[in-house]
Amino acid sequence: MTALSAPRAMPSRLLRALLDRWLVLVVLVAAWEAAARSAGDVYFPPPSTIAERMRRLWFSGPASHLFLTGEATGNILPSLGRMAVALAISAAAGVALGMALGRSPRAHAYLNPVFEFARSIPPPTLVPLLMALFTLGTPMQIASIVLSALWPVLINTADGARTVDEQQIQTARVFRLTAAQRLRLVIFPAALPKIFAGLRLSLSLSLILMVFAELLPGTDNGIGFELTDAQSRSDLPTVWAVIVLLGILGYLLNAALTALERRVLAWHFAARRLPG
Amino acid sequence: MLRIDGLSHRYGEHAVLDDMTLEVAEGELVSIVGPSGCGKSTLLRCIAGLISPTSGRVTLDGTPVDGVPDGLAVVFQDYSRSLLPWLTVRDNVALPLRRRGKSKAERRAAADEALASVGLPDAGRKYPWQLSGGMQQRVSIARALAYRPSLLLMDEPFGSVDAQTREDLEDLVLRVHRTGGMTILLVTHDIDESVYVGDRVVVLGRNPGHIRAEIDVTLPPERDQIATRADAEFVRLRAEVGRLVRGAASGPVAA
Repeated sequence: MTALSAPRAMPSRLLRALLDRWLVLVVLVAAWEAAARSAGDVYFPPPSTIAERMRRLWFSGPASHLFLTGEATGNILPSLGRMAVALAISAAAGVALGMALGRSPRAHAYLNPVFEFARSIPPPTLVPLLMALFTLGTPMQIASIVLSALWPVLINTADGARTVDEQQIQTARVFRLTAAQRLRLVIFPAALPKIFAGLRLSLSLSLILMVFAELLPGTDNGIGFELTDAQSRSDLPTVWAVIVLLGILGYLLNAALTALERRVLAWHFAARRLPG
Repeated sequence: MLRIDGLSHRYGEHAVLDDMTLEVAEGELVSIVGPSGCGKSTLLRCIAGLISPTSGRVTLDGTPVDGVPDGLAVVFQDYSRSLLPWLTVRDNVALPLRRRGKSKAERRAAADEALASVGLPDAGRKYPWQLSGGMQQRVSIARALAYRPSLLLMDEPFGSVDAQTREDLEDLVLRVHRTGGMTILLVTHDIDESVYVGDRVVVLGRNPGHIRAEIDVTLPPERDQIATRADAEFVRLRAEVGRLVRGAASGPVAA
């Protein structure tokens, strides 16, 4: 880089990075717009129509509600709430069970076949059982998300807890840490990178299962409910608006989890000289 | 005082240690030197209570060792794996004090004091992986010191640092031994090092590991990297230890 161009290097490089990232998306959306307009098919509205529908449905509310409409607070928030509760339950149960499974060869021997069996059951097939076990509505929806999102956290935590460096375990033994201290100060942090890998999988699964759970009987709000409702009214722009919204939510939630991971695991990325 | 009585250990059919008997007096610094495969690390792990020997026993201050005894600290060779990367240097050093029910402030103060005593007064807030290898090994020594052990075991502690750092760390161990008054057992494969730091050198033979000789180091307690190593007595001792170690290495090789 020459001395002359140096002062302008920063903004132009930033711009270039942004362009590189978004250019493909912009080109695709533009091509979609052109194709949809020239085809004029009611099943494939152009992105501009979809965006306008999204704005009218969800983001044209009063400023006092952060521009969210009643439709948005009545559907998106309950969905996210159910997903958050289910993900929290999955994470807590998955980490607790996974640590037990990972640190006890006996527990692993006894329970691993059971877990491998349970996690290969597609959650939709459990719906009749869940309907009998839980109250229709939110409890059953949360149960069906948990039954899917639990496994990646559990299995990755068990793997992380099982593969803690023997030297670190010996260090904890030599300095006579109590079992609780060993778990909290050595095994849990050592397993954290794998726990996060599991959480990332659980997050995307729980978004999928959230929509699925809202297609079940006993639902009267939520993003999935809005989707089936629009479908039954042949309201194609709304169907598309929901699909795009789900894509955006998935992207934002994953970005938030990645940011949290970078923060919590800063030592991990730095110690391994990975891009932090 | 540490007593090792008829200690033998085997992994399945493979005998690693054979009938070892050794006494280490309170406050003594004993080097254990031997060729690779003589069971040095296994011996150390038996003393630390990390593994139970197949037969024989280890007694520390009159109490048989069964599990890791209190008042014992270990400095491992592989500092990068024995320091925890998610804790700061200070928290790593303070880690062993948690068991002793000290307050957070007391633990911090003890950690800072230990770090200062190994020449790293300003490293507390850093992370281990931000330090050089020699500095990381200083941190593991500080962690052992903060614990105030009566017996300190060092398992080839300077095996993976450069020569200059190694000499600095040897002098650090000598200083710690003089001021702290603890008993130290230092395992090494370096003949010069065993004589330079030791009050006594125990030479191990292999196949299976056994005690081949014990040599008193008849050097004044004050050691100096240049002067001591040029001393005629040092040269004589290292030649003697060297012959024993080489003899041990070329000794009978069991099938």
